[in-house]
Amino acid sequence: MIALLQRDLRLATRAGGGFGLALVFFLILVLLVPFGVGPDTAVLAKIAPGMLWLGALLACLLSLDRLLALDWEDGALELLATSPLPMEAVIALKALAHWLTTGLPLVLVAPGLGLMLSLPAEGYLWLAVSLALGTPTLSMIGCFGAALTVGIKRGGLLLSLLVLPLYVPTLIFGAEVARRGAEGLELATPLLLLAGISCGTIALLPFAAGTVLKMNLR
Amino acid sequence: MVLSVSCLTVSRAGRAVLSDLSFDLMAGQALRVQGRNGVGKTTLLRCLAGLQPALAGRIEIAADSLAYAGHADGVKLPLTVLENLRFWADIFEGRDIDRALDAFDLAPLSDRLAGTLSAGQRRRLGLARLLLTDRPLWLLDEPTVSLDDASVTLFAAAVYNHLQAEGAVLIASHIDLGLSAEVLDLEPYRAGWSTQASFDEAFL
Repeated sequence: MIALLQRDLRLATRAGGGFGLALVFFLILVLLVPFGVGPDTAVLAKIAPGMLWLGALLACLLSLDRLLALDWEDGALELLATSPLPMEAVIALKALAHWLTTGLPLVLVAPGLGLMLSLPAEGYLWLAVSLALGTPTLSMIGCFGAALTVGIKRGGLLLSLLVLPLYVPTLIFGAEVARRGAEGLELATPLLLLAGISCGTIALLPFAAGTVLKMNLR
Repeated sequence: MVLSVSCLTVSRAGRAVLSDLSFDLMAGQALRVQGRNGVGKTTLLRCLAGLQPALAGRIEIAADSLAYAGHADGVKLPLTVLENLRFWADIFEGRDIDRALDAFDLAPLSDRLAGTLSAGQRRRLGLARLLLTDRPLWLLDEPTVSLDDASVTLFAAAVYNHLQAEGAVLIASHIDLGLSAEVLDLEPYRAGWSTQASFDEAFL
């Protein structure tokens, strides 16, 4: 099982693997925000948690269409389907590899970018915590969307349309944790809800995505 | 018996293409499936590999006993030949990468990126994967496409060794490998166009 994870990580870091693209996109997006809303630090501080969360979400979305499409095109997905690995494990490992190459770097740079948007100092920790809890869900839901659209030519746009509405609960509670953290408010409720959504998604979606993928391979 | 098929009906895009197909495959036996383009060779192999459900009939096959090689090789172009093989060896818990490299004369290429290989070399890499699977039944869909004569000989030798080791091979191919394989012509099993697939199948 670890072999699939290693292979995906290796592929992501090789030429054309797209590692770092999401990160650079996130960086540029966040740097564009002050140009759009003006340099008023009070306004920026107020919208920083939401903007950073939106940026992370869109950056995550950017690399989803390659998640299963490449394995589909070169036939590796069919070979994996006839291998001893269950499809659910393939999906879970693919989502994990996506998170390690996309979500985790976003979590690590987000506090630094918070500085750009004059996020209050007490908000850095909770921004990172909320992203660390929320981005695995984004990868997992994205993997489910990729399984739904695999094999469709130009499925990337359809994938985004399918996946974005499913991101709403994660975005609401994730951004709420970051906002309350920045304002020094009590944040146990959104934090627990965010964690609950993550646990539920990671526990259930590999099975749904595995089933969908098997049907799409027919 | 490695594989037993009885009264099998397979469908493509919701329409039956082959019906009432029955055959058995013993250990040490090779069976070559032939028929004109579109008769359903690939559909039959995909069905036997469990990639798509049969419309009717029974397929008896031991769990985890088959290795499938389709039209696409599943070769990752940004990885080297050795990395590609090591991945499949880990997945199938196969041991002998060197044997697979030697059998398809890939040892001199082992450090090359798969993306820099020719089509024939890439196909050899795809076929070398079969030796790592350690599974008795090989389902091969047009395995000799883009192979030159020397590579076809290598491939035939690999198949011969597999048969000697009590393996079984089902090949969909137009050319005879000289393996004294029995031939299964699919033409008589062609389903009439009027055969209706189930509603579910058509819907999906």
